[in-house]
Amino acid sequence: MTDTAAAEGPLDFAELQGIASEILGVDADRVQLDVSFAKDLAADSLDLVELIMAVEDHYQITLPPDELDHMKKIGDLWTYLQEHRGDS
Amino acid sequence: MAITGIGLVTPIGTGIEPVWQSLSTGRSGIGPITRFDASGYPTRIAGEVADFDPELYMDRKTARHVARYGQLALAAARMAVEDSGLRPEAMGPDEVGVVVSSAAGGMDEIERADHMLLERGITRISPFMAPMMITDMAAGLIAIELHAGGPNYAVVSACASSSHALGDAAEVIRRGDAVAMIAGGAEAGITPLLVGAFCQMSALSRRNDDPTAASRPFDRHRDGFVMSEGAVVMVLEEGAHARRRGAHIWGEILASGSSADMYHFTAPDPEGRGAARAMAVALRKAGVAPNQVGYINAHGTSTALGDIAETLAIKQVMGDSANRVAVSSTKSMTGHLLGAAGAMEAAACVLAMDRKLLPPTINLEYPDPRCDLDYVPNRARPAEVQIALSNSFGFGGHNSCLVIGRGSS
Repeated sequence: MTDTAAAEGPLDFAELQGIASEILGVDADRVQLDVSFAKDLAADSLDLVELIMAVEDHYQITLPPDELDHMKKIGDLWTYLQEHRGDS
Repeated sequence: MAITGIGLVTPIGTGIEPVWQSLSTGRSGIGPITRFDASGYPTRIAGEVADFDPELYMDRKTARHVARYGQLALAAARMAVEDSGLRPEAMGPDEVGVVVSSAAGGMDEIERADHMLLERGITRISPFMAPMMITDMAAGLIAIELHAGGPNYAVVSACASSSHALGDAAEVIRRGDAVAMIAGGAEAGITPLLVGAFCQMSALSRRNDDPTAASRPFDRHRDGFVMSEGAVVMVLEEGAHARRRGAHIWGEILASGSSADMYHFTAPDPEGRGAARAMAVALRKAGVAPNQVGYINAHGTSTALGDIAETLAIKQVMGDSANRVAVSSTKSMTGHLLGAAGAMEAAACVLAMDRKLLPPTINLEYPDPRCDLDYVPNRARPAEVQIALSNSFGFGGHNSCLVIGRGSS
Protein backbone atom coordinates (compact mmCIF):
# COMPACT_ATOMS: atom_id res chain seq x y z
CA MET A 1 0.00 0.00 0.00
CA THR A 2 2.12 2.93 -1.22
CA ASP A 3 1.17 6.51 -1.80
CA THR A 4 3.65 8.71 -3.62
CA ALA A 5 1.66 11.84 -2.79
CA ALA A 6 2.08 11.10 0.90
CA ALA A 7 5.78 10.49 0.38
CA GLU A 8 6.33 13.80 -1.42
CA GLY A 9 3.66 16.39 -0.49
CA PRO A 10 3.26 18.29 2.80
CA LEU A 11 2.41 16.10 5.80
CA ASP A 12 -1.26 16.05 6.68
CA PHE A 13 -2.06 15.06 10.28
CA ALA A 14 -5.56 13.97 9.22
CA GLU A 15 -3.98 11.23 7.12
CA LEU A 16 -2.14 9.82 10.12
CA GLN A 17 -5.35 10.07 12.14
CA GLY A 18 -7.10 8.05 9.43
CA ILE A 19 -4.47 5.31 9.39
CA ALA A 20 -4.42 5.04 13.20
CA SER A 21 -8.21 5.06 13.30
CA GLU A 22 -8.41 2.17 10.85
CA ILE A 23 -5.67 0.06 12.42
CA LEU A 24 -6.51 0.67 16.08
CA GLY A 25 -10.29 0.68 15.67
CA VAL A 26 -10.82 4.10 17.28
CA ASP A 27 -12.51 7.29 16.11
CA ALA A 28 -10.10 9.47 14.14
CA ASP A 29 -10.63 12.50 16.35
CA ARG A 30 -9.36 10.54 19.37
CA VAL A 31 -5.97 10.37 17.65
CA GLN A 32 -4.26 13.49 18.99
CA LEU A 33 -0.60 14.34 19.57
CA ASP A 34 -0.61 13.89 23.36
CA VAL A 35 -2.53 10.60 23.29
CA SER A 36 -0.73 7.46 24.56
CA PHE A 37 -0.88 4.29 22.43
CA ALA A 38 -1.25 1.91 25.34
CA LYS A 39 -3.18 3.98 27.88
CA ASP A 40 -5.55 5.98 25.68
CA LEU A 41 -5.91 3.95 22.47
CA ALA A 42 -5.82 0.41 23.92
CA ALA A 43 -3.06 -0.47 21.49
CA ASP A 44 -0.99 -3.44 22.55
CA SER A 45 2.42 -4.29 21.14
CA LEU A 46 0.96 -6.22 18.20
CA ASP A 47 -1.36 -3.35 17.32
CA LEU A 48 1.64 -1.04 17.33
CA VAL A 49 3.57 -3.24 14.91
CA GLU A 50 0.56 -3.24 12.60
CA LEU A 51 0.30 0.55 12.84
CA ILE A 52 3.97 1.02 12.04
CA MET A 53 3.71 -1.33 9.04
CA ALA A 54 0.81 0.72 7.68
CA VAL A 55 2.68 3.98 8.30
CA GLU A 56 5.80 2.63 6.62
CA ASP A 57 3.82 1.59 3.56
CA HIS A 58 1.87 4.83 3.35
CA TYR A 59 4.77 7.25 3.81
CA GLN A 60 7.43 5.04 2.23
CA ILE A 61 9.79 5.18 5.18
CA THR A 62 11.35 2.56 7.39
CA LEU A 63 11.10 2.77 11.15
CA PRO A 64 14.01 1.04 12.86
CA PRO A 65 12.82 -1.12 15.79
CA ASP A 66 14.89 0.81 18.37
CA GLU A 67 13.18 4.05 17.34
CA LEU A 68 9.85 2.34 17.85
CA ASP A 69 10.81 1.43 21.41
CA HIS A 70 10.89 5.12 22.33
CA MET A 71 7.48 5.93 20.93
CA LYS A 72 4.76 6.14 23.54
CA LYS A 73 2.44 8.76 22.05
CA ILE A 74 1.02 9.70 18.65
CA GLY A 75 3.13 12.86 18.93
CA ASP A 76 6.34 10.77 19.00
CA LEU A 77 5.32 9.11 15.73
CA TRP A 78 4.30 12.43 14.19
CA THR A 79 7.65 14.01 15.10
CA TYR A 80 9.52 11.08 13.55
CA LEU A 81 7.50 11.37 10.34
CA GLN A 82 8.19 15.06 10.05
CA GLU A 83 11.91 14.53 10.58
CA HIS A 84 12.34 11.50 8.33
CA ARG A 85 9.64 11.45 5.68
CA GLY A 86 11.27 10.98 2.29
CA ASP A 87 14.04 8.67 3.59
CA SER A 88 13.42 5.17 2.29
CA MET B 1 -26.79 -33.19 27.41
CA ALA B 2 -29.39 -30.67 26.37
CA ILE B 3 -28.94 -28.65 23.20
CA THR B 4 -30.25 -25.20 24.11
CA GLY B 5 -28.91 -23.01 21.33
CA ILE B 6 -27.98 -23.31 17.66
CA GLY B 7 -26.09 -20.84 15.45
CA LEU B 8 -25.41 -21.41 11.76
CA VAL B 9 -23.53 -19.53 9.03
CA THR B 10 -23.70 -21.80 6.00
CA PRO B 11 -23.99 -21.93 2.21
CA ILE B 12 -27.68 -22.74 2.60
CA GLY B 13 -28.42 -19.84 4.92
CA THR B 14 -27.46 -17.93 8.03
CA GLY B 15 -29.66 -18.57 11.06
CA ILE B 16 -32.04 -21.39 11.98
CA GLU B 17 -35.03 -20.48 9.85
CA PRO B 18 -33.18 -19.75 6.58
CA VAL B 19 -31.21 -22.99 6.97
CA TRP B 20 -34.37 -24.98 7.74
CA GLN B 21 -36.11 -23.41 4.76
CA SER B 22 -33.34 -24.75 2.52
CA LEU B 23 -33.20 -28.20 4.14
CA SER B 24 -36.94 -28.69 4.04
CA THR B 25 -37.33 -27.58 0.42
CA GLY B 26 -34.24 -29.36 -0.90
CA ARG B 27 -32.45 -26.16 -1.90
CA SER B 28 -28.76 -26.45 -2.76
CA GLY B 29 -26.20 -23.85 -1.69
CA ILE B 30 -23.59 -24.85 -4.28
CA GLY B 31 -22.44 -22.43 -6.95
CA PRO B 32 -19.34 -21.20 -8.79
CA ILE B 33 -16.26 -20.42 -6.68
CA THR B 34 -15.95 -16.66 -6.13
CA ARG B 35 -13.51 -16.52 -3.23
CA PHE B 36 -10.57 -16.81 -5.61
CA ASP B 37 -10.04 -17.10 -9.35
CA ALA B 38 -10.56 -20.80 -10.00
CA SER B 39 -10.74 -20.49 -13.77
CA GLY B 40 -7.82 -22.85 -14.40
CA TYR B 41 -8.99 -25.48 -11.92
CA PRO B 42 -10.61 -28.83 -12.77
CA THR B 43 -13.17 -28.06 -10.05
CA ARG B 44 -14.68 -24.58 -10.12
CA ILE B 45 -17.65 -24.99 -7.78
CA ALA B 46 -18.12 -24.89 -4.00
CA GLY B 47 -20.58 -24.02 -1.26
CA GLU B 48 -19.77 -20.48 -0.19
CA VAL B 49 -21.26 -18.34 2.54
CA ALA B 50 -22.82 -15.42 0.70
CA ASP B 51 -22.61 -11.82 1.90
CA PHE B 52 -20.94 -12.47 5.24
CA ASP B 53 -20.21 -9.23 7.08
CA PRO B 54 -17.97 -9.96 10.07
CA GLU B 55 -18.57 -6.49 11.52
CA LEU B 56 -22.13 -7.53 12.40
CA TYR B 57 -20.59 -9.84 15.00
CA MET B 58 -17.32 -8.20 16.10
CA ASP B 59 -15.51 -4.89 15.82
CA ARG B 60 -13.38 -4.17 12.78
CA LYS B 61 -10.08 -4.56 14.61
CA THR B 62 -11.00 -8.04 15.85
CA ALA B 63 -12.29 -9.01 12.40
CA ARG B 64 -8.91 -8.09 10.93
CA HIS B 65 -7.04 -10.15 13.50
CA VAL B 66 -8.76 -13.44 12.95
CA ALA B 67 -8.92 -15.50 9.80
CA ARG B 68 -12.23 -16.06 8.03
CA TYR B 69 -12.88 -19.32 9.87
CA GLY B 70 -12.56 -17.46 13.15
CA GLN B 71 -15.01 -14.80 11.99
CA LEU B 72 -17.55 -17.46 10.95
CA ALA B 73 -17.06 -19.32 14.23
CA LEU B 74 -17.62 -16.25 16.38
CA ALA B 75 -20.71 -15.30 14.40
CA ALA B 76 -22.22 -18.78 14.82
CA ALA B 77 -21.26 -18.86 18.51
CA ARG B 78 -22.91 -15.51 19.19
CA MET B 79 -26.07 -16.70 17.46
CA ALA B 80 -26.08 -19.96 19.42
CA VAL B 81 -25.61 -18.25 22.76
CA GLU B 82 -28.27 -15.68 21.98
CA ASP B 83 -30.63 -18.46 20.91
CA SER B 84 -30.01 -20.30 24.17
CA GLY B 85 -30.65 -17.34 26.46
CA LEU B 86 -27.59 -18.42 28.46
CA ARG B 87 -25.44 -15.57 29.74
CA PRO B 88 -21.87 -16.87 30.19
CA GLU B 89 -20.68 -13.44 31.31
CA ALA B 90 -23.01 -13.65 34.31
CA MET B 91 -21.90 -17.14 35.31
CA GLY B 92 -18.83 -18.40 37.14
CA PRO B 93 -15.64 -18.31 35.06
CA ASP B 94 -15.28 -22.12 35.03
CA GLU B 95 -18.87 -22.90 34.16
CA VAL B 96 -19.01 -22.43 30.39
CA GLY B 97 -16.31 -23.92 28.14
CA VAL B 98 -15.70 -23.92 24.40
CA VAL B 99 -14.74 -26.73 22.02
CA VAL B 100 -14.92 -25.39 18.48
CA SER B 101 -13.01 -27.21 15.80
CA SER B 102 -11.60 -26.55 12.38
CA ALA B 103 -9.81 -28.87 10.00
CA ALA B 104 -7.81 -26.30 8.03
CA GLY B 105 -7.98 -23.26 10.29
CA GLY B 106 -6.60 -20.00 8.89
CA MET B 107 -5.70 -21.49 5.51
CA ASP B 108 -6.72 -18.32 3.64
CA GLU B 109 -4.40 -16.17 5.73
CA ILE B 110 -1.56 -18.70 5.55
CA GLU B 111 -1.63 -18.59 1.76
CA ARG B 112 -1.79 -14.79 1.66
CA ALA B 113 1.08 -14.46 4.10
CA ASP B 114 3.17 -16.98 2.21
CA HIS B 115 2.83 -14.88 -0.95
CA MET B 116 3.88 -11.82 1.05
CA LEU B 117 6.84 -13.70 2.51
CA LEU B 118 8.12 -14.67 -0.91
CA GLU B 119 7.54 -11.26 -2.45
CA ARG B 120 8.60 -8.90 0.31
CA GLY B 121 10.12 -10.88 3.17
CA ILE B 122 8.94 -11.23 6.73
CA THR B 123 8.62 -7.53 7.56
CA ARG B 124 5.32 -7.35 5.70
CA ILE B 125 3.71 -10.24 7.54
CA SER B 126 1.06 -9.22 10.02
CA PRO B 127 2.06 -9.53 13.69
CA PHE B 128 -1.23 -11.38 14.09
CA MET B 129 -0.29 -14.09 11.59
CA ALA B 130 0.75 -16.75 14.12
CA PRO B 131 -2.51 -16.64 16.10
CA MET B 132 -4.48 -16.34 12.86
CA MET B 133 -3.15 -19.53 11.30
CA ILE B 134 -3.78 -22.03 14.03
CA THR B 135 -6.90 -24.15 14.29
CA ASP B 136 -7.55 -23.55 17.98
CA MET B 137 -7.98 -19.80 17.77
CA ALA B 138 -11.72 -19.87 17.06
CA ALA B 139 -12.23 -21.52 20.46
CA GLY B 140 -9.99 -18.93 22.12
CA LEU B 141 -11.70 -16.06 20.37
CA ILE B 142 -15.13 -17.26 21.44
CA ALA B 143 -13.98 -17.51 25.06
CA ILE B 144 -12.65 -13.94 24.93
CA GLU B 145 -15.67 -12.40 23.24
CA LEU B 146 -18.37 -14.34 25.10
CA HIS B 147 -16.62 -14.47 28.47
CA ALA B 148 -16.64 -18.26 28.71
CA GLY B 149 -13.71 -19.47 30.83
CA GLY B 150 -14.29 -23.21 31.14
CA PRO B 151 -12.32 -25.94 29.31
CA ASN B 152 -11.23 -24.52 25.96
CA TYR B 153 -9.67 -26.15 22.89
CA ALA B 154 -10.32 -27.55 19.42
CA VAL B 155 -10.63 -31.21 18.52
CA VAL B 156 -9.13 -32.07 15.17
CA SER B 157 -10.12 -35.11 13.12
CA ALA B 158 -10.51 -33.73 9.60
CA CYS B 159 -14.10 -34.12 8.43
CA ALA B 160 -15.15 -35.61 11.78
CA SER B 161 -13.80 -32.68 13.82
CA SER B 162 -17.00 -30.96 14.86
CA SER B 163 -18.82 -34.23 15.48
CA HIS B 164 -16.02 -35.11 17.90
CA ALA B 165 -16.23 -31.57 19.30
CA LEU B 166 -19.91 -32.01 20.15
CA GLY B 167 -19.42 -35.51 21.54
CA ASP B 168 -16.46 -34.47 23.65
CA ALA B 169 -18.14 -31.27 24.85
CA ALA B 170 -21.05 -33.39 26.10
CA GLU B 171 -18.54 -35.53 28.01
CA VAL B 172 -16.92 -32.44 29.58
CA ILE B 173 -20.32 -31.58 31.02
CA ARG B 174 -21.06 -35.18 31.98
CA ARG B 175 -17.90 -35.45 34.07
CA GLY B 176 -18.70 -32.18 35.79
CA ASP B 177 -15.99 -29.96 34.30
CA ALA B 178 -18.51 -27.44 32.98
CA VAL B 179 -22.19 -26.64 33.25
CA ALA B 180 -22.48 -25.66 29.60
CA MET B 181 -20.30 -25.87 26.51
CA ILE B 182 -20.23 -23.82 23.33
CA ALA B 183 -19.34 -26.47 20.77
CA GLY B 184 -19.18 -26.98 17.03
CA GLY B 185 -16.95 -26.25 14.08
CA ALA B 186 -15.95 -23.69 11.49
CA GLU B 187 -14.23 -23.96 8.13
CA ALA B 188 -13.19 -21.44 5.49
CA GLY B 189 -11.03 -23.56 3.25
CA ILE B 190 -12.10 -22.40 -0.21
CA THR B 191 -8.58 -21.28 -1.04
CA PRO B 192 -6.27 -21.75 -4.03
CA LEU B 193 -4.06 -24.26 -2.25
CA LEU B 194 -6.62 -26.34 -0.42
CA VAL B 195 -9.00 -26.60 -3.37
CA GLY B 196 -6.01 -27.33 -5.59
CA ALA B 197 -4.83 -30.04 -3.22
CA PHE B 198 -8.22 -31.77 -3.26
CA CYS B 199 -8.29 -31.44 -7.06
CA GLN B 200 -4.93 -33.17 -7.27
CA MET B 201 -6.34 -36.23 -5.55
CA SER B 202 -9.45 -36.15 -7.74
CA ALA B 203 -11.60 -35.93 -4.66
CA LEU B 204 -13.87 -33.13 -5.86
CA SER B 205 -16.79 -33.22 -8.26
CA ARG B 206 -16.08 -31.65 -11.65
CA ARG B 207 -19.72 -31.00 -12.54
CA ASN B 208 -18.91 -27.33 -13.05
CA ASP B 209 -21.70 -26.72 -15.55
CA ASP B 210 -24.41 -27.80 -13.11
CA PRO B 211 -23.27 -26.86 -9.59
CA THR B 212 -26.48 -27.63 -7.70
CA ALA B 213 -26.47 -31.15 -9.13
CA ALA B 214 -22.84 -31.89 -8.32
CA SER B 215 -23.25 -33.18 -4.75
CA ARG B 216 -25.21 -36.37 -5.33
CA PRO B 217 -24.58 -38.89 -2.55
CA PHE B 218 -25.56 -42.49 -3.29
CA ASP B 219 -26.31 -41.64 -6.92
CA ARG B 220 -24.68 -43.71 -9.64
CA HIS B 221 -23.26 -40.59 -11.33
CA ARG B 222 -21.59 -39.06 -8.30
CA ASP B 223 -18.01 -37.97 -9.01
CA GLY B 224 -16.65 -36.58 -5.76
CA PHE B 225 -17.54 -34.19 -3.00
CA VAL B 226 -18.16 -30.45 -3.16
CA MET B 227 -16.17 -28.30 -0.76
CA SER B 228 -18.01 -25.82 1.40
CA GLU B 229 -17.29 -23.28 4.09
CA GLY B 230 -19.33 -22.27 7.11
CA ALA B 231 -19.71 -22.50 10.86
CA VAL B 232 -22.23 -24.27 13.05
CA VAL B 233 -22.09 -23.93 16.82
CA MET B 234 -24.40 -25.21 19.54
CA VAL B 235 -24.86 -24.56 23.21
CA LEU B 236 -24.83 -27.83 25.15
CA GLU B 237 -26.03 -27.65 28.69
CA GLU B 238 -26.37 -29.90 31.70
CA GLY B 239 -29.99 -31.02 31.57
CA ALA B 240 -31.10 -30.00 35.06
CA HIS B 241 -29.48 -26.57 34.65
CA ALA B 242 -31.32 -26.04 31.36
CA ARG B 243 -34.68 -27.11 32.81
CA ARG B 244 -34.25 -24.99 35.97
CA ARG B 245 -33.86 -21.82 33.93
CA GLY B 246 -36.70 -22.75 31.60
CA ALA B 247 -34.48 -23.02 28.54
CA HIS B 248 -35.90 -24.23 25.26
CA ILE B 249 -34.42 -27.67 24.70
CA TRP B 250 -33.88 -28.40 21.01
CA GLY B 251 -32.69 -31.92 21.57
CA GLU B 252 -30.18 -33.99 23.48
CA ILE B 253 -26.82 -35.51 22.76
CA LEU B 254 -27.36 -38.95 24.27
CA ALA B 255 -23.95 -40.44 23.50
CA SER B 256 -21.09 -40.52 21.03
CA GLY B 257 -18.91 -43.22 19.57
CA SER B 258 -15.46 -42.89 18.07
CA SER B 259 -13.10 -45.24 16.25
CA ALA B 260 -10.30 -45.45 13.69
CA ASP B 261 -10.40 -47.40 10.42
CA MET B 262 -6.74 -48.50 10.67
CA TYR B 263 -6.84 -48.64 6.89
CA HIS B 264 -5.66 -45.77 4.66
CA PHE B 265 -4.86 -42.03 4.71
CA THR B 266 -7.87 -41.11 2.67
CA ALA B 267 -9.87 -44.08 1.45
CA PRO B 268 -12.37 -45.53 3.91
CA ASP B 269 -12.27 -49.20 4.83
CA PRO B 270 -14.28 -50.51 1.87
CA GLU B 271 -16.34 -52.70 4.19
CA GLY B 272 -17.10 -49.88 6.59
CA ARG B 273 -15.99 -51.83 9.64
CA GLY B 274 -14.47 -48.86 11.51
CA ALA B 275 -17.54 -46.76 10.89
CA ALA B 276 -19.76 -49.61 12.06
CA ARG B 277 -17.78 -49.86 15.29
CA ALA B 278 -18.18 -46.14 16.02
CA MET B 279 -21.92 -46.38 15.43
CA ALA B 280 -22.21 -49.52 17.56
CA VAL B 281 -20.30 -47.93 20.45
CA ALA B 282 -22.51 -44.86 20.29
CA LEU B 283 -25.70 -46.93 20.37
CA ARG B 284 -24.43 -49.09 23.24
CA LYS B 285 -23.46 -46.06 25.33
CA ALA B 286 -26.82 -44.45 24.64
CA GLY B 287 -28.63 -47.62 25.61
CA VAL B 288 -30.44 -47.51 22.28
CA ALA B 289 -31.28 -50.53 20.13
CA PRO B 290 -30.95 -50.24 16.35
CA ASN B 291 -34.69 -50.52 15.82
CA GLN B 292 -35.22 -47.42 17.95
CA VAL B 293 -33.31 -45.24 15.48
CA GLY B 294 -35.70 -43.40 13.19
CA TYR B 295 -33.26 -41.39 11.08
CA ILE B 296 -29.58 -41.46 10.18
CA ASN B 297 -27.91 -38.33 8.83
CA ALA B 298 -25.19 -39.94 6.76
CA HIS B 299 -21.70 -38.62 6.25
CA GLY B 300 -22.61 -39.20 2.59
CA THR B 301 -20.00 -37.08 0.82
CA SER B 302 -20.87 -38.15 -2.74
CA THR B 303 -17.61 -40.01 -3.29
CA ALA B 304 -17.48 -43.27 -5.19
CA LEU B 305 -16.03 -45.28 -2.30
CA GLY B 306 -17.33 -43.50 0.77
CA ASP B 307 -21.02 -43.83 0.04
CA ILE B 308 -20.72 -47.58 -0.46
CA ALA B 309 -18.62 -48.11 2.66
CA GLU B 310 -21.10 -46.16 4.74
CA THR B 311 -24.02 -48.16 3.33
CA LEU B 312 -22.25 -51.35 4.40
CA ALA B 313 -21.53 -49.90 7.84
CA ILE B 314 -25.18 -49.00 8.36
CA LYS B 315 -26.23 -52.50 7.34
CA GLN B 316 -23.76 -54.07 9.76
CA VAL B 317 -24.95 -52.01 12.70
CA MET B 318 -28.65 -51.82 12.00
CA GLY B 319 -29.09 -55.44 10.97
CA ASP B 320 -32.73 -56.11 10.07
CA SER B 321 -33.62 -52.47 10.72
CA ALA B 322 -31.27 -51.24 7.99
CA ASN B 323 -33.87 -51.30 5.24
CA ARG B 324 -36.50 -49.65 7.41
CA VAL B 325 -34.51 -46.68 8.74
CA ALA B 326 -34.55 -43.40 6.81
CA VAL B 327 -31.07 -42.24 5.84
CA SER B 328 -30.27 -38.97 4.14
CA SER B 329 -27.21 -36.93 3.30
CA THR B 330 -27.72 -33.21 3.71
CA LYS B 331 -24.33 -32.74 2.03
CA SER B 332 -26.39 -33.08 -1.14
CA MET B 333 -27.57 -29.54 -0.38
CA THR B 334 -24.87 -28.02 1.83
CA GLY B 335 -21.79 -29.54 0.29
CA HIS B 336 -19.02 -30.72 2.62
CA LEU B 337 -18.25 -28.23 5.37
CA LEU B 338 -15.17 -30.27 6.40
CA GLY B 339 -14.39 -29.29 9.99
CA ALA B 340 -17.88 -27.85 10.41
CA ALA B 341 -19.73 -30.76 8.75
CA GLY B 342 -20.31 -32.76 11.92
CA ALA B 343 -22.00 -29.84 13.65
CA MET B 344 -23.99 -28.91 10.54
CA GLU B 345 -25.36 -32.40 10.32
CA ALA B 346 -26.09 -32.73 14.04
CA ALA B 347 -28.08 -29.52 13.68
CA ALA B 348 -29.94 -31.02 10.70
CA CYS B 349 -30.92 -34.00 12.89
CA VAL B 350 -32.12 -31.71 15.68
CA LEU B 351 -34.23 -29.59 13.35
CA ALA B 352 -35.61 -32.64 11.54
CA MET B 353 -36.84 -34.15 14.80
CA ASP B 354 -38.16 -30.81 16.04
CA ARG B 355 -40.04 -30.05 12.83
CA LYS B 356 -41.05 -33.69 12.18
CA LEU B 357 -39.72 -33.53 8.65
CA LEU B 358 -36.71 -35.46 7.34
CA PRO B 359 -34.48 -33.50 4.94
CA PRO B 360 -33.92 -35.28 1.63
CA THR B 361 -30.91 -36.53 -0.25
CA ILE B 362 -31.35 -34.40 -3.34
CA ASN B 363 -29.99 -35.25 -6.81
CA LEU B 364 -30.74 -38.92 -6.22
CA GLU B 365 -31.87 -39.64 -9.75
CA TYR B 366 -30.01 -42.83 -10.68
CA PRO B 367 -29.62 -44.97 -7.55
CA ASP B 368 -26.38 -46.89 -7.34
CA PRO B 369 -27.32 -50.56 -6.96
CA ARG B 370 -24.64 -50.89 -4.29
CA CYS B 371 -26.36 -48.16 -2.27
CA ASP B 372 -29.75 -49.64 -1.69
CA LEU B 373 -31.08 -48.16 1.52
CA ASP B 374 -33.92 -45.67 1.95
CA TYR B 375 -32.12 -42.37 1.40
CA VAL B 376 -35.23 -40.12 1.48
CA PRO B 377 -34.74 -39.27 -2.19
CA ASN B 378 -35.28 -35.74 -3.43
CA ARG B 379 -38.20 -34.67 -1.24
CA ALA B 380 -38.39 -34.02 2.47
CA ARG B 381 -40.57 -36.57 4.25
CA PRO B 382 -42.83 -36.04 7.27
CA ALA B 383 -41.83 -38.36 10.10
CA GLU B 384 -41.87 -38.44 13.89
CA VAL B 385 -38.47 -39.50 15.02
CA GLN B 386 -37.32 -39.79 18.62
CA ILE B 387 -33.71 -40.83 18.05
CA ALA B 388 -31.33 -40.00 15.22
CA LEU B 389 -27.73 -40.85 14.41
CA SER B 390 -25.29 -38.43 12.81
CA ASN B 391 -22.23 -39.93 11.13
CA SER B 392 -18.98 -38.17 10.33
CA PHE B 393 -15.87 -39.82 8.93
CA GLY B 394 -12.56 -38.07 8.24
CA PHE B 395 -9.39 -38.52 6.18
CA GLY B 396 -7.12 -40.64 8.28
CA GLY B 397 -9.94 -43.00 9.13
CA HIS B 398 -11.44 -40.99 11.97
CA ASN B 399 -15.01 -42.12 12.66
CA SER B 400 -17.52 -40.33 14.86
CA CYS B 401 -21.17 -41.05 15.53
CA LEU B 402 -23.55 -38.98 17.64
CA VAL B 403 -26.81 -40.34 19.05
CA ILE B 404 -29.23 -37.43 19.23
CA GLY B 405 -32.58 -37.46 20.99
CA ARG B 406 -35.60 -35.33 20.26
CA GLY B 407 -36.16 -32.37 22.56
CA SER B 408 -39.10 -32.27 24.91
CA SER B 409 -41.75 -29.91 23.65
